[in-house]
Amino acid sequence: MAKIRGDIKVDIEKCKGCELCVVSCPQNALALSDGINKQGYHYAVLIEDVCTGCTNCSLVCPDAVITVYREDRKTGKKKPVAELRNVTGDIKIEVGAEEEEGN
Amino acid sequence: MGELRLMKGNEALAEAAIRAGMDAYFGYPITPQSEVLEYLTREAYKRTQCTILQAESEIASINMIYGASGAGARVMTSSSSPGISLMQEGISYIAGAELPCLLVNINRGGPGLGTIQPSQGDYFQSVKGGGHGDYRLIVLAPATVQEMADFVQDGWELAEKYRNPVMILSDGALGQMMEKVELREQIDRSKHVIPEWATTGKKKDRERNFITSLFIQPEEMEQVNLQLQAKYKTIVENEIRVQEVQTDDADFVIVAYGLSARIGRKVMELLRADGIKVGLIRPITLWPYPYETVSRAAERVKGFLSLELNAGQMVEDVRLAVNGRCPVEHYGRMGGIIPSPDEVADVIREMYSKIQ
Amino acid sequence: MQEIEHHYEDMDIVCERPTALLDKRMHYCPGCGHGVAHRIIMEAVEELGIQENTIGVAPVGCSVFAYHYMNVDMQEAAHGRATAVATGIKRCRPDKYVFTYQGDGDLAAIGTGETIHTVNRGENVLIVFINNAIYGMTGGQMAPTTLLEQKTSTTPYGREAPFMGNPLKITELLAQLPGAFYVTRQAVNTPLHVRRAKKAIVNGFKWQALNKGTCFVEIVSNCPTNWGMKPVESNKWLEEHMLPFYPLGDMKVPSKEELENG
Repeated sequence: MAKIRGDIKVDIEKCKGCELCVVSCPQNALALSDGINKQGYHYAVLIEDVCTGCTNCSLVCPDAVITVYREDRKTGKKKPVAELRNVTGDIKIEVGAEEEEGN
Repeated sequence: MGELRLMKGNEALAEAAIRAGMDAYFGYPITPQSEVLEYLTREAYKRTQCTILQAESEIASINMIYGASGAGARVMTSSSSPGISLMQEGISYIAGAELPCLLVNINRGGPGLGTIQPSQGDYFQSVKGGGHGDYRLIVLAPATVQEMADFVQDGWELAEKYRNPVMILSDGALGQMMEKVELREQIDRSKHVIPEWATTGKKKDRERNFITSLFIQPEEMEQVNLQLQAKYKTIVENEIRVQEVQTDDADFVIVAYGLSARIGRKVMELLRADGIKVGLIRPITLWPYPYETVSRAAERVKGFLSLELNAGQMVEDVRLAVNGRCPVEHYGRMGGIIPSPDEVADVIREMYSKIQ
Repeated sequence: MQEIEHHYEDMDIVCERPTALLDKRMHYCPGCGHGVAHRIIMEAVEELGIQENTIGVAPVGCSVFAYHYMNVDMQEAAHGRATAVATGIKRCRPDKYVFTYQGDGDLAAIGTGETIHTVNRGENVLIVFINNAIYGMTGGQMAPTTLLEQKTSTTPYGREAPFMGNPLKITELLAQLPGAFYVTRQAVNTPLHVRRAKKAIVNGFKWQALNKGTCFVEIVSNCPTNWGMKPVESNKWLEEHMLPFYPLGDMKVPSKEELENG
């Protein structure tokens, strides 16, 4: 079996089978299931073991049901999740004082 | 004794709002209440650093009130009849979301653009709904400049106690009239306790707060309504305010609120000098209405006159309370005309002669 | 179909539902862009670490229940009045992050006055404007942003300018106002657009702390149900019809000095 670089997990019961993930996948690794979930929708499934963990499917998913996993092959080390998720770069800022309530 | 000043009703109300620790005022100019906004922009921020904002419309004002009240602030808006009409949707949302706030209506004549002169033509709008749905405002009707000031803090306390909007229903004459007023001490805004239901940012140790009047499930919507009705029942049981003047020995009673009550009092004196024993019932809360007081009086007196600056609105509530036990008539002038005591006394003499 | 072996435990999560988005099934139709917009707003809130200091305002429209999904304090506004509600909140809680989430009917038809005056006053709030050129909740009627010739349930033969007016580019209009600090138009129809839209939302929140004016992010979105299309087709239609008329990009961006002198 080829080494997996990425993978996804679909929250099947919340998927509405809109197919937006299917067309966004550059690897054509996704399709809708033959079966249906409790809501009556065909849901997204990984059909080819070629996922690169690019996150495209998750980005366009209107129901936020796709969790994307990725293996860091270069270092073998896990990267901090927050850093990986932070697609927009440096965004940490100082927020206001915890308690101001006196207004 | 608090500080004594000679002040216009509108300014006394604004001054009282500052002293009662108002956090925010949102309003839009309209005659005859613009002094409230003017006074506040001049005085409020520099003294208590509260928010004073002239909004782009009454619609925006009332929705700013919704937001600020939802964020736990002590808030007020004021307007006059056409502006209050514009606010009705927002008032219904505020009542539905159970937000406390103080609304001030310096009533002018209508319908439509009407006149800038005083009127009591907004009685129905204030006490019977105004906006959509089954809701109630607590309505306070001041009759003096002193009450214009006093009802501000009282109003907020009621609003916060019941999580319900409170309206001060005054009129153009009281708003413009100058009288002696005793002012209360300044309340420190920073000492306000922010209610736990307010949207102030979801802390880790609590669920998120949301302010809404939307309940799409019929069962839930009915429950919300039943809870509101239960609350209104508690208010009716506890918060009725009414003033009775010489009703003990009265054969005839004038029922009047606000400015009309001042005229009514003079009429009473004139007629008593003639030997007609007239008393006065002045509802101070127009909702909840003092039905009991009127009903008790109906046991003994020969007739009632509801004196109002309108075509006959409160008279319906007087008739409900009297329930056919004796004659109830209405007398009122419109268009900003304030009847003279002699004019009203003649009406009562005429009526009294028929029911003797 | 190939049977795939999963090794989740050996891998890192690189993208998942933000915890600030409550773990509920959303009521939106399949493929609706509202879900993406909700998610990226909550991702931004989570990544900025401002969940405890954020207050949202939901509109009237399909996203009327936004507060059922966003795990922050929220208020539900009357139709069109979200920015007035946000003004009331922000003026009384100036150190909180306040945002509104509004559709095209809410923001650009019934609420146009409040929208313009809120931006003109430069209220320090973030306005997120979802433009899908139609009224979703009420069943697909014409919106102020409905394109010419577009068919809706109240323009059954297509929108005609002489009778129904022209589509309103309210974002361009707002960018003219001095109170606007940051005005941009984004979309959520492709992964790239979603990334950019999220960046814009992050900026909108982040820059609120500078107290320099209103941040306004339009998100061009779809409405598969009322456009009468499958979700994939609707995103294609969006690309082909919406984006030429509503081009993506920044309309007003703060200068380096403005950002530095915060």
